[in-house]
Order: sequence, then structure tokens, then C-alpha cells
Amino acid sequence: MSTLEIRGLKVTVDTEQGVKEILKGVDLTIKSGEIHAIMGPNGSGKSTLAYSIAGHPKYTITGGTVTLDGADVLEMTVDERAKAGLFLAMQYPVEVPGVSVSNFLRTAATALRGEAPKLREWVGEVKGAMEGLKMDPSFAQRNVNEGFSGGEKKRHEIMQLELLKPKFAILDETDSGLDVDALRIVSEGVVRAKEANNLGVLLITHYTRILRYIKPDFVHVFAAGKVVEQGGAELAEKLEANGYAEYVSA
Amino acid sequence: MTTLASNILENHTPTGREEAWRFTPLKRLAGLHDGSATPDDRKSLAINGATATGVSFTRGTITAASPSEDAIVNRIRNHTSEGAILAIDKNTVVSEPIFLNRTTWGLDSAELSRVQIRLGEHAKATVILENTGDTHLAEDLEMVLAPGSDLTFISLQEWESKSVYAATHNAIIDRDASLKTITVTVGGDLVRLLPKVEFIGSGASADLQGVYFATAGQFFEHRMHVDHAVPHAKSNVNYKGALAGDKAHTVWIGDVYIRAAAEGTDTYELNRNLILTDGARADSVPNLEIETGEIVGAGHASTTGRFDDEQLFYLMSRGIQESDARRLVVRGFFNEVISLIGNEEIQERLMARIDNELEKAGK
Repeated sequence: MSTLEIRGLKVTVDTEQGVKEILKGVDLTIKSGEIHAIMGPNGSGKSTLAYSIAGHPKYTITGGTVTLDGADVLEMTVDERAKAGLFLAMQYPVEVPGVSVSNFLRTAATALRGEAPKLREWVGEVKGAMEGLKMDPSFAQRNVNEGFSGGEKKRHEIMQLELLKPKFAILDETDSGLDVDALRIVSEGVVRAKEANNLGVLLITHYTRILRYIKPDFVHVFAAGKVVEQGGAELAEKLEANGYAEYVSA
Repeated sequence: MTTLASNILENHTPTGREEAWRFTPLKRLAGLHDGSATPDDRKSLAINGATATGVSFTRGTITAASPSEDAIVNRIRNHTSEGAILAIDKNTVVSEPIFLNRTTWGLDSAELSRVQIRLGEHAKATVILENTGDTHLAEDLEMVLAPGSDLTFISLQEWESKSVYAATHNAIIDRDASLKTITVTVGGDLVRLLPKVEFIGSGASADLQGVYFATAGQFFEHRMHVDHAVPHAKSNVNYKGALAGDKAHTVWIGDVYIRAAAEGTDTYELNRNLILTDGARADSVPNLEIETGEIVGAGHASTTGRFDDEQLFYLMSRGIQESDARRLVVRGFFNEVISLIGNEEIQERLMARIDNELEKAGK
């Protein structure tokens, strides 16, 4: 059982208009096997939370703590956070020209496992993950995210989630830009990863439709850089009916 | 005289003020440009392995296929009319690559070398020139492609760190013939390479691919000149460079000249540079001069950028440590061109050298 604990997290970003505070004291605790949905309007700081936990250099932490089983995540380099068990499925995965998916995945798996996976077993693992997400085998020979459709990028993110087996996954608007079929396939991948590895999930979304496939244990409403309301799955239904108006105007 | 024609050189000793010499550090040319180098007759170029039927490698008198106004080429031609001749007979298709390499070296004198590669009608071959060792070498290399012939010319500048190489690789391409070059420059103190294409028959094509990687103190210049003088010829240029370390300096010039007679021309050139550290400098100048509007297409693009931090973040967020992530991105950047070589052993050797240079640059 692992615990990811966020306490009083404050984050700023440099803009042309000067330093802007985006996160204004976020508190959140996630345990293994739990699914937490973070919902909120655009611009509320949801993605900033995701990237700050992963260690993107654009964001400056000005207060608070993030710990994983007591270890100080904020002191770790980006790769150390991944090695500690954190995974960020990005909303806009980055193209890496000239680097094949196959080479990328094997390099990442080698880094995370501390040794190169045995070739035969690895080929089977990759094949299984690709089949689960209904991806064509030729996908492995393509360059990372280069020329991928929106749906292919998201499948590729979830394929990494299944192969790299983190303790906690932050899914940053994984549902955006997916049609119904792709949404179902990607969601099933997340659920598989959760069941296989007792994964804890922080699911960031603007819409409720992904929650039909990935049932949250907890729902947190995010507005103006902090959590403003918490509840169970029923809170998502309320948001579905009423939208975010009451939180934004507050 | 057109702007681009002025890039072709006067027959005199360059001063550094000429357009074609303005980037080149003349002091580091080992006297190859001004006649102060001491020439010796070392005949360094050799063929590696047996020659196939229809292929000959000999030394003899060379008649220049094309006049030159390049100061160094003219010094070479005034010095000697003898050189190495690789000839592939007409209708000969050579299935295995022909390897040319260097067998003698020296930094206390200079070599003025002439080379001619001749393909007969409908001949087809791949030639791999492996440039290694310590040298001061000025080279006038001509490729003469008869109608319908097909040459892939791969030149690998893997010189030792003190070497100076000033060369023209000039292709004269006749009707329906096709040239593909892959130029790799990863070694030497100074490399000044002038790949040139002269189309003399319609329907001909040239595809010039290249990569270079300069580290601290190295100067690598690649100066293309593609002359579309006949109708319906096609050219494509794609050079990619990376730089790391203090005073690493690369120059890429892409001159494409579409003359009035060259209707139906299709040309595109691209140069991309990746600057990995402070203190490095990449110059990139595409030039396109068009004298007819009756063309299929003509375009160019040039980009010079820093390392993409988003790529680095993405890879590191998957557990890959920074040095490995950088290596992966740089390998990926070069892979597009290097993978075209089609020889695993050479590709791995070049990638290993690039890894090694990256490591030396501390990145």
C-alpha cells in the first residue's frame, strides 16, 4: 500500500505579465487502488497540478509538500519521480522525431526496471499491451508521437502506463479529443492497469463522460487553484447537471 | 554576373572578403588555399576489396569534366593532371557497395588529390568513401553520370582531430541519370566541402542528404551549389547538423540556381541545426535564384534551434535520465539521414561516434 500526499501545494509560473500564482494551496491524499477524479473549469489549474507533480521545469513550487510514501517528491529530478513510481499521461504528448516507439519503450523500461527486459518476454509484453489497446503492430516502428492522431497519442500514453507499471498515474485530460470507441478502449486500459498493479489514479477531466468507464472513488472539484468541494461519485452527477457555475462565480 | 555566380570563385588567392570565403577561417586551411602548403605525392585514395566485373580503379590522366573557378580546385589542377579514376562500365549494375578509403596520411605536408568517378550509360553503383586519419587534403572529386546511370555516393568524413579537408564533390549529371549523396562530417579540425550538381540533360535528378556534428573548436562548412541549366531536372537537399561545445562552428550554404532554360524544375532544400550548448554557432543560408517561372516547384527552409526541453521532459518523465534522454533525441535527429546509408555496421559506428562526441561535450 502506497500513499501520495499533497499538502498546501502552491505553484507559480512566469508569464509575460509577471509571476502568476496558479495553485493556491492544494491538499490531496491518494492511496493505492483508489481512483480520484479532479474536475474543474478550464484555467482552474488542473494541468498545472499534474505537471508540478511530474516536475516540469516551467513551474515553480513556492510552498507545500508532495510526498510518496514519505519521500520528498519535490526534491527529485523528473526521471527520479518516474523511478519512484509516478506516471503522467499527458494531454499533449511530445513528438520525438527519429526515435521509434519500440526503442523508446525499451529504453524507458530499462531505466525503470534497472536492467534491460529479456527480449523474448519484452516482445510479448509489448504485443499484449498493443493488442489490448487495439493498436496495429506497425505502430512500434513509428517515431514517438510523430504524425499520430489524437486517439493514437492517448492510446500510446496508456500503453506506457500498462507497460511501465507505476504506483500512481496522473491522467491529464486523457479523454479530450477521443471519440466514443477510443474513449472506451483507453478507459479499459486504465482499469486493466489499476487491477493488475493496484494503481492509484488521479484522473483530471473537464467532462463526466470518462467516469462512466472509470468509476471514481472520490471526486474533487477544482477551482481557482484549489480544491473547493469533495465527495463521492454522486458529486460528478451533480456537476453533470449543474456545471461549474457556482464554483466559478463564488 | 548573378548573385549566385559570384559565389563561384575568382581564380585567385582568397582573402576572406569574397562571398564564398567569408565564413572560412583561412588561417586554419593549412595553406591549401594560398599555395603555401608543401604538396607530396602520397596518393592516399585506394579501393578496398576486389573490383567486380565492369568496374576498374586506376591511376591516370584526368581531363576535367567541368571547368572550375574555385581557387583550391584550380591549384589542384595546376599541380597535377593525374588522379584516381573509378569507372563503372555502361549497363553494369554493381550490387555490393564499392569502398574507397585512405591508406597514407601525414600532417607535415599536404596532398592535392584528383578523383573522377565515371558511370557509363545505365550503370548503377553505390560508392562509399571513408575519409579517416590525419591529413591536410585538398581534393577535386568529380562524378560523371552518363545518361540513365544511377549513383549513390556516400562520403564519410571521420577524420582525426587535426585534419584539414577542403574538397569539391562535383556531379555532372546527364539525361535521366540519378544521383543520391549522403554526406557525413563528424571529424577533423576544419572541413570545407563543396557539393555541386550540374544538370546537363533533362529528366535528371539529385538527392543530397547530409549530417554534420561539430564539437568544441571544430569548423565544418558545407556549401552546396545546384545548377539547373536544363529542363525537367529535380533536386532535393536535406542537411541536418548538431553542435556542442565552445567555438563549434558550422556553415551551411545552399545555392540553387534555376536558369531560364530550366523549365519544369522541381527543387527543395532544407537545413536544420540543433544547438546543444552555449558557445556554438551555426550559420545557415539558403539562396534560390530563379530565371524562369515555368517550374514545378522551388522552395527552401532553414531552422536553427536549441534543444527542445519538452522532448527532454517527456523522455525523463518515463524514467530516462537526462544524459540518456539527450542522446536519444540527438540520435533521433541524425537517424533520418544516417539510416539511409543502408549499412548497419557503418550506421552503428557513426552513432557510436556521435554518442562519444556528445559525452566529451559533457551533454
